[in-house]
Amino acid sequence: MAVATAPLAVPAKRKPISQSYWSLVWYRFKKNKLGVFGGVVLIVLYVSFTLIPEFLAPYALENRSSFAEAPPTAIRFVDAQGQLQAPFVYGLERRIDPVKRLRTWVDDTERKYPVRLFVQGDEYLFLGLIPMNVHLFGIDADPREARIFLLGADALGRDYLTRILYGGRLSLLIGLIGQFLTLVLGVTLGVISGYYGGAVDMFVQRFTEFLAAFPNIPLFMALSAAIPAFWSPIAVYFMLTVILAFLNWGGLARQVRGLVLSLREREYALAAKSFGASDWRIMFRHLMPGTMSHVIVIATLSIPGMILAETALSWLGLGLRPPLTSWGTLLQDAATVRAIRFTPWLLWVVPPILVTIFAYNMLGDGLRDALDPYSGR
Amino acid sequence: MSTSAPNGRIGETLLEVKGLKKYFPIQRGLLRRTVGYVKAVDDVSLYVREGETLGLVGESGCGKTTASRCIIRLYEPTAGQVLFKTRALSPDGSPQVVNLLELNREQMNRVREEIAMIFQDPINSLNPRMTVSDIIAEPMVIHGKYQKGVSEERIIELLRRVGLRPDHLRRYPHEFSGGQRQRIGIARALALNPRLVLCDEPVSALDVSIQAQTLNLLQDLQQEFKLSYIFVAHDLSVVQHISDRVAVMYVGKVVEMAGSEELYANPLHPYTEALLSAVPKPDPLYKSDRIIMQGDVADPSNPPKGCYFHPRCQYAIDLCRQKTPEFRELKPDHWVACHRAEELKLRGI
Repeated sequence: MAVATAPLAVPAKRKPISQSYWSLVWYRFKKNKLGVFGGVVLIVLYVSFTLIPEFLAPYALENRSSFAEAPPTAIRFVDAQGQLQAPFVYGLERRIDPVKRLRTWVDDTERKYPVRLFVQGDEYLFLGLIPMNVHLFGIDADPREARIFLLGADALGRDYLTRILYGGRLSLLIGLIGQFLTLVLGVTLGVISGYYGGAVDMFVQRFTEFLAAFPNIPLFMALSAAIPAFWSPIAVYFMLTVILAFLNWGGLARQVRGLVLSLREREYALAAKSFGASDWRIMFRHLMPGTMSHVIVIATLSIPGMILAETALSWLGLGLRPPLTSWGTLLQDAATVRAIRFTPWLLWVVPPILVTIFAYNMLGDGLRDALDPYSGR
Repeated sequence: MSTSAPNGRIGETLLEVKGLKKYFPIQRGLLRRTVGYVKAVDDVSLYVREGETLGLVGESGCGKTTASRCIIRLYEPTAGQVLFKTRALSPDGSPQVVNLLELNREQMNRVREEIAMIFQDPINSLNPRMTVSDIIAEPMVIHGKYQKGVSEERIIELLRRVGLRPDHLRRYPHEFSGGQRQRIGIARALALNPRLVLCDEPVSALDVSIQAQTLNLLQDLQQEFKLSYIFVAHDLSVVQHISDRVAVMYVGKVVEMAGSEELYANPLHPYTEALLSAVPKPDPLYKSDRIIMQGDVADPSNPPKGCYFHPRCQYAIDLCRQKTPEFRELKPDHWVACHRAEELKLRGI
């Protein structure tokens, strides 16, 4: 019998209507408002904290001043005479309380400094390339004379908002880079373990169990003690991400292995094998893409864990150390009773951590719903 | 063994399987001790000639699929020989008969150019993350035969040949119906110009109307490209339609093999007779005299002594319970494994 081959009249230049798996996922993801919101928040966070913090922050990271532990500066619109004015801040005057032996800062209503957008200040390299000295906002004043501290200052008189912005770069990137390394390790070993089975599988699985059973904090202490003290802070930072990835890949490897165990019996894997495909090709061209939707969800949902791990470890003094600035090291500064009693604004580092984690969870939930193979087409 | 058939399109023996066995170990306990074996394929012997279709029938779990996968070494057989006349291994392309089970990996991959496989499930056998063009190109890519331009035209030609349109190239499998997907699978199987195609129940997942189209397509392609088929199926009427010869399997063994008409008209094995009696007939006045078999299919991990079929066979005698019958050529080109094949008068259709 002849098979129907008569082609339909196809307009010559038609946009391909075909939709790949990922375009379908994107279509479904777009409908999830919370997930999209999380994604947008994360994009904003990553852009502002990792790409352009130099521009957003009014001062350079290590720009110290004599205004130690100054409280957050209030932006005012009404002056002492009750006149409405363009936004401005008062200068600060130091007072020493001889009885309590306490240093406090009070507004000097004689000195007013207008708040401006795009003011010139400390030099920096925009995106690490372009020399610039324009900052998003600031005050027209000699920095020795007056400063604007929207979130207060730390013990060395550095602007705390600036420090949170710069600190986000390391903390947010450690999540991404660490998770990326975790993915590479976990997916590769999971696919190999699931595909070959037998002794390879046995070894990989027992090793992940060993890692899972080992108490984390001592292991981490041992590993971070192994980082030579003379290494540059950046090398230390990189080692920390490697260590975090090394401790985390086990769970992912197990899940990938489980998926591969079922996928390798799919007929398309057998078909590739029947045509003589190499193990490598079957594993990474056929089996691994099938696990990707699951892996992406797991990865998204576990990046917050990475960020928190960095924060917790730095807080314990095991992770990043000054002069590196991350949310963890900032939290370390805020972790004394004295800090909470006299400089509570140092806790402003907590909201960005919370927002990041919520945003990742929203995004991860949205992705899971969009990628879930059991929810039907 | 085989003689050239009268029909002109059928040539010499292309593939001969001798005593093929595949035992899957049953492992228990912490140390994964082997406590027994599932004898999925237990002494299968058959042959296929050039340009011919051999139907392989039997009920679910009798080892048809396992046997076909052993032939192309998707599973490593436990024992036996798979003799295949290949042209891929000699430098000048002259045919030589080799035992596939003795080839190393590299040689086997070269022979795989000549043996293709069509799978049962048209949804699972195509990678959902690849476009049609990638799927059909894959065998060529694997064998280093993909050339930009040339191969793309070949893919379009293959698509046309199986009744799909060139504008389907960039689509994904989920955008096609079951029958169309199976055609993509067929086009992929033909990509390397194979000589033997193992069809593992290629139509059992399709609607009846699509089944007929697909079967006809397979027959047309056989004519055109001089293909040989091993056609695994459980539907006897499908097998009758497409096969030149038929092999019947029961619990891992081939119990009967003969030319299609001969087997349907004069079955020599009681199991074949029972199967044939179960074929529905499109006649409302026909009074069914179906042979209802007693008992269950034998357990392949613990098969009965003697002939595996004896517990269900209405003609069984003591000999059947003691001794495994030999698979022998009782009439020219009609093979059977039954002690009583000579004396029994069995009904065909």
